[in-house]
Amino acid sequence: MKPDPQMSPSSVFDPRVLKAPHPVPGAPDNWRRFFGFNTDAKVIGIQYIALALFFLLVGGLLAMIMRGELLTPPSDLVDPTVYNGLYTMHGTVMLFLFLFPILNGFNNLLIPPMIGAPDMAFPRLNAAAFWIVPVFGVVLMASFLVPGGPSSSGWWAYPPVSTQNPLNHFINGQFLWILAVALSGVSSIMGAVNFCTTILRMRAPGMTLFRMPIFCWTALAAQAIQLGGLPVLTAGAVMLLFDLSFGTSFFRPEGGGDPMLYQHFFWFYSHPAVYVMVLPVFGIFSELFPVYARKPLFGYHVVALASFGITFLSLIVWVHHMFTSGTPQWMRNVFMVTTMLIAVPTGIKVFAWLATLWRGKIRLSTPMLFALGGLFNFIFAGITGVMLATVPVDIHVGNTYFVVGHFHTVIFSTITFGVFAGIYHWFPKFTGKMYYEGLGKLHFLLTFIGAQLNFLPMHWAGLMGMPRRVASYDPEFAFANVLASLGAFLLGVATIPFLLNMVSSWVRGPRAPANPWGAIGLEWLLPSPPPAENFEHDVPTVISGPYGYGLGKPLVDDQERYVARSQEA
Amino acid sequence: MDTPAHGHPPAHGLAHAPAHGGHNLTGFVIFLCSESLIFLAFFAAYITYRMSAPVWRPAGVEGLEVREPLLYTLILVSSSLVIWLAERALQRGRLGAFRGWWLLTMVMGSIFVFGQAQEWAKLPFGPQSGVFGASFYLLTGFHGLHVITGILLMGLMLVRSFQPGNYDNGEAGVVSVSLFWHFVDVIWILLFLLLYAWQR
Repeated sequence: MKPDPQMSPSSVFDPRVLKAPHPVPGAPDNWRRFFGFNTDAKVIGIQYIALALFFLLVGGLLAMIMRGELLTPPSDLVDPTVYNGLYTMHGTVMLFLFLFPILNGFNNLLIPPMIGAPDMAFPRLNAAAFWIVPVFGVVLMASFLVPGGPSSSGWWAYPPVSTQNPLNHFINGQFLWILAVALSGVSSIMGAVNFCTTILRMRAPGMTLFRMPIFCWTALAAQAIQLGGLPVLTAGAVMLLFDLSFGTSFFRPEGGGDPMLYQHFFWFYSHPAVYVMVLPVFGIFSELFPVYARKPLFGYHVVALASFGITFLSLIVWVHHMFTSGTPQWMRNVFMVTTMLIAVPTGIKVFAWLATLWRGKIRLSTPMLFALGGLFNFIFAGITGVMLATVPVDIHVGNTYFVVGHFHTVIFSTITFGVFAGIYHWFPKFTGKMYYEGLGKLHFLLTFIGAQLNFLPMHWAGLMGMPRRVASYDPEFAFANVLASLGAFLLGVATIPFLLNMVSSWVRGPRAPANPWGAIGLEWLLPSPPPAENFEHDVPTVISGPYGYGLGKPLVDDQERYVARSQEA
Repeated sequence: MDTPAHGHPPAHGLAHAPAHGGHNLTGFVIFLCSESLIFLAFFAAYITYRMSAPVWRPAGVEGLEVREPLLYTLILVSSSLVIWLAERALQRGRLGAFRGWWLLTMVMGSIFVFGQAQEWAKLPFGPQSGVFGASFYLLTGFHGLHVITGILLMGLMLVRSFQPGNYDNGEAGVVSVSLFWHFVDVIWILLFLLLYAWQR
């Protein structure tokens, strides 16, 4: 970035640090850098988030077409085959193009300033990892155009459905799906190597592991899952590709192969993948509750270590997705127990948050509303999760809408709520502008009502026996489905105030102070928006833990100087 | 939470990096740990098929010839010693010796790839011959890709060794490639045991 020629001559601090207040947002060289290859983690972070929000709209549109189909019992709006393609693409887009990228965006924005690093450990690798995402986004979208349409084997892509190539085109929807997932894996591994190295090697002086914000702990725990789980999915995807395109029979029973092996490979990663997404959201909750309740995080050490408890347990639960796949009884029992054990570290976190909120001075601004809403929904999803872990319940509802409802309560009503909470909370920090509180609260209200209306009736329909993955259903489920569809359309409407708020407040919102929430943390000792290399050569020395609300202890040595400088810029 | 009074003094935290890119080795080790899991997944698949497939070897295939692969195995495994000599020469500042040992490692790796290709050409079964053929070609092919990658990376490091001032900021590149080569060797030893030694 070019040094600003109008830099205040009265600055008393190291001029190298103050050389680059960001250009006025909206100025051409400010927005153009978001469209090119840029190695600044803060630019990459916003690139990730903007791209992910675009794909949230794409995935949401696919979902609304499906909910339109499900408004009435018969299959009338779209062809049943198209419907299969819709739910396959909806799941794939939302996981690989919305949630993973948006959380990587948070990692990029938050990790370096939170630990006092100037940037990620490998900036070019970081930018390359980002630019793979639009590439495989295009690959995946292109599958709508190939003969036979997109993959219709679900986001789990089980063989034998996923090894069929009826039209005998080499480039088919399933082929492009595998290619996209493999590219996503490459990008994620590049990201994971970068995030882990950055957190392990680039912390500010005095920032011991147990003085890191919980977000960094959860990011590290989540990236450890990526490193340990993704290679196994990649192995499965390579074998699936050979079966689909090169005539091998790894998963074809007629050639001596074993389709169950694919399920093991797939779920060995794809169950922990949910924790890759939920762990950073636990981090966001742990950052937000202390700020908006004005109390230290309850049980910091235990909350930090519970993240790795989740990482470990998440890698030994995958067979619970296969209770009805001919899994032997002893194996079902083992995995039922390990699955239920996950409730222990997650329960520890939930109780720590509740204890943090207890008798706090709670301020219900938009980020806090989303965080509280997410926590509320997560408790519900956690209870249905333990229900589903129980083998007899799972056998009964495993193929019904109960699972769809549970999963969406986790993935949308918890994770996406946490993502929104994080966006509002750090929006002033990274754009330098305040968002409009009224629009934010409207967004929360519509989203909260829409989510309950959409996903609660699914549980009910599922308990009554409505099967999932089908375009038509028995008329007795009609009422629940009408409610769910109305909820889905409401969620669509809810994105309007959100996007309006983001765009208009970034362009012409009021300027944000350095620390609008009175929050503790290295990122809040930087100006809003932070300069390109954060603290550059003047990195503060951390002298206490990250959640000292009401304790009156400074976070860093010489804190007044950093506070004054962040306000001056 | 921690205060300077008990536990870690402030200056104890890991040193702040003065510049980007000082962490290549850390990043590379993390990557290798992850990469090894792809091989472990393939090994798990192979063992599952070997133990449970209704039909293992295709009709007419008795087993794999062991003698020639054993020879190439010995060449590949001993190249790990040669690359260690190269690394040691570089640490002692003997650039010429480094280049010699390094080139020898590349030659030995290439001999291994050549041997593998010859074996593939002679085999009476293909990747479409049941799970035996498929997993044999998958495992040897995926490993072979890693050997070729290693040779290419060594070539890159060799070219760089002629740039003046290349080692001013340490030898992380050479150390990483050497680590990668040991990794490829260890994987091959496991593969040899699974594919060739475990035939009965």
